[in-house]
Amino acid sequence: MQIPTPTPTHGALMKSGSHSAVSPATVFASVRKSLRPTLIALALAVPAMVAGTVALGQDIRPRIVITEGVIEPLPVAIPEFVAEGRQSRELSETITAVVVSDLIGSGIFREIRPEAHIDTIESFDAPINYRNWRVINAEALIIGSVRALDQNRVRVRFRLFDVFTGTELGDGIQYQGRQSDWRRIAHKVADAIYSRMTGESGYFDSRVVYVSETGPKDARVKRLALMDYDGANHEFLTEAGQIVLAPRFSPGGDQVIFTSYRNGSPRVHVMDLATRDARLLLGHEPGMSFAPRFSPDGRRVVVSLTSSGNTDIYVIELATGEKRQLTSSLAIDTAPSFSPDGRQIVFESDRGGRQQLYVIPADGGPATRISRGQGRYGTPVWSPRGDQIAFTKIHRGEFHIGVMRTDGTREKLLSGSFHNEGPTWSPNGRVLMFFRETRGRDGSPSLYSVDITGRNLKPVPIPEFGSDPNWSRLR
Amino acid sequence: MIRRLTGMLLAVALAGCAANSGNDSGQAGMRSGEISEQALGGVGAEPGSIAYFQALTGDRVFFEVDESTLSAEAVSILDAQVEWLSVHRRYTATVEGHADERGTREYNLALGVRRAVSVRNYLVSQGIAADRIAIVTFGKERPVETCSNEFCWSVNRRAVTVLAEAAVS
Repeated sequence: MQIPTPTPTHGALMKSGSHSAVSPATVFASVRKSLRPTLIALALAVPAMVAGTVALGQDIRPRIVITEGVIEPLPVAIPEFVAEGRQSRELSETITAVVVSDLIGSGIFREIRPEAHIDTIESFDAPINYRNWRVINAEALIIGSVRALDQNRVRVRFRLFDVFTGTELGDGIQYQGRQSDWRRIAHKVADAIYSRMTGESGYFDSRVVYVSETGPKDARVKRLALMDYDGANHEFLTEAGQIVLAPRFSPGGDQVIFTSYRNGSPRVHVMDLATRDARLLLGHEPGMSFAPRFSPDGRRVVVSLTSSGNTDIYVIELATGEKRQLTSSLAIDTAPSFSPDGRQIVFESDRGGRQQLYVIPADGGPATRISRGQGRYGTPVWSPRGDQIAFTKIHRGEFHIGVMRTDGTREKLLSGSFHNEGPTWSPNGRVLMFFRETRGRDGSPSLYSVDITGRNLKPVPIPEFGSDPNWSRLR
Repeated sequence: MIRRLTGMLLAVALAGCAANSGNDSGQAGMRSGEISEQALGGVGAEPGSIAYFQALTGDRVFFEVDESTLSAEAVSILDAQVEWLSVHRRYTATVEGHADERGTREYNLALGVRRAVSVRNYLVSQGIAADRIAIVTFGKERPVETCSNEFCWSVNRRAVTVLAEAAVS
C-alpha cells in the first residue's frame, strides 16, 4: 500500500497510520490492542498518583505509598532503529538516542541496554521472537526504522510490542519530515509511545523559554533564551544589556511575552519569535507593568500594572487594547494565570496580610482565597488539565514547589530547598519545570524538572545559569 | 545601615585628608588669625554634588521584611533628603524600590513599587514637587550585598533616591 507523501515544508512533520482504526493510510497490519496487566497498571498508575491523598504540607517527599510500588519503571528494549540505506546510519543512531533519552528521562521506563539484547533487529518487518525479549526481562519492545528519502527528507517508523503477551500494541506509525527536523521527529515518536503506554498525551515535542543568566550575583546579566524541552537547539532571543524577566509563550508558541527594562523601568513586551521584534504591550503608557500571561485563546493578556502606584491585575484585549481592571485592593495583587478554559484567573495577593493564592472570574467578580496552609504562597500556575495549581511556597525559611487542587485542597509539596521558584507545567500536566537558586555569595539559579508525584527530580541542561522557565504546548 | 555609615566615614575621612594636606602645604608661613581657604576635591566635598547627597545626606532607607512603612530612622534620612532637594533644585530624583532575595520574583517587584511609593509619598508630603520624583522597582534584581543571611538581606531591602540633573528648561 502506498502512502501519499506530499513534500513536507520546514517544520511540517507528517504522520501516517493510527492505532485507532484501520484506514487506507495505515501501512502496518492492524493488531488489536492487548494490554497485559502490567501495562494496564502503568496506565492507571499515573492518574492515580495525581489523585493521591496527601495531608497538608508536612514534609517534602510525596507520599504515594500505594502507587510507589506500582510505578516501578517499566523495562523496555529499544534496539537501535534499523538504518535503511547507508546514508541513514547516522540519522538512525541519533534519532534512536533521542527516543531513548525522552522515554527513560520521563522516569516511566527503564532501558534494557542493547548489550543485553539477544536478538538484533535486522529488518523493520521481520517477525518478533518474543521469547528472546522475554528472557532478558523486557516488558515492552520498541523497534523502528530510519530512511533518508533524499538529501532533505527522512522517514521514521516505529512499532511497539507487548513482550509478555506477544502482541503488537496498536499499529505502527511513520513520520516524514526534513532531516533538519530529526530531533522533532524523534520527540514525536517518543510522544506517541509515551501516549500509548500511559493513555496520556506526551510532552517531548515542546520548547522552553527562560532567562539565561551570567555574571556575579550583584550584576547579573540576563538574556531570554529558547530551547527544546531537553536543552537542545539552544538560542538566545535578546542581547545582554537590560534586565529581562519571566518570558511566557503565546498558546500558538509563536510569540513570547516578557518584562524588560529596555526603557529603564519594567514594561511588558511582546516578541514575535519569527522576526525577534519586540514591542511594548501597552505602548508608551506611563507606569510599570510585569507578570504577563496570555489567555488560553491567545486573545487576551493578564498583567500586573502599577499605574496608580499600587500593583493591580488587568486584562488587556489584544485586538482593541481595551484594558479591564480586575482587582483594586490596596494590597499587592500579582502573578496571575488563566485557567485552561479561560474563565478564571488564579493570582497571589497579600490582602489578607501575607502572600496567598486567590481565584477570580476572568471577567471580574469577587476573589476567593484557595491557599490555606502555613507560610506564604506565590507564582500560581493553572495546570493545562485544569485540575491543579502549581505554586511556590515559602515556609520556615525554605522555598518549595508544590501543587494543590484548584479549590486549595490536597496540597502536595514536591521539592524544597533554600530557594525553589516559578513552576511551569509540561504540556501534558505531568511534569513541572522550575528554577532552584543556591545560597550565598556564589549562589546561582539553574533549571530543574520534577514529576507532579515528586519523583524524577533532575537538572535541565543549560549552558549558563537559568531562571523563570516557561514550557510551551506540544508543537 | 552599616554600608551607609561606612560611606559617610569614608567621605568624612577623605574630606579630612584633603583639609590636612591643605594645611600641611601652607603650614610654614602661617600666622595667627590667618585662615586659609581651599576647595576640597573628591567625594563629599561639594555640598551640591550627587556624591555629597549619597554619602552625607544619605540616599537610601531600609525596610523590615515585606514592609514598606518608614521607620523613624528612615524618616530622619528622608527629612535630610527633603532639605537637600529643597536647596538643590536643579536635581530630579528617581526612587528605586528593592527587595531581598527571600521572595518570589513578581511579589518582590510589587514590593519594590510599594517601597518606592512610600518614600516618594513622604518626600512629596514634605514639600518636594511630585513631578521631581519618579519611581521604579527592581524587585530582587539588583542586590548590593550578596550573602544569604539577615545582614545582607536587611541592606538589600531598600529604597534608594537616585539623582539626575534636570534638563535645563
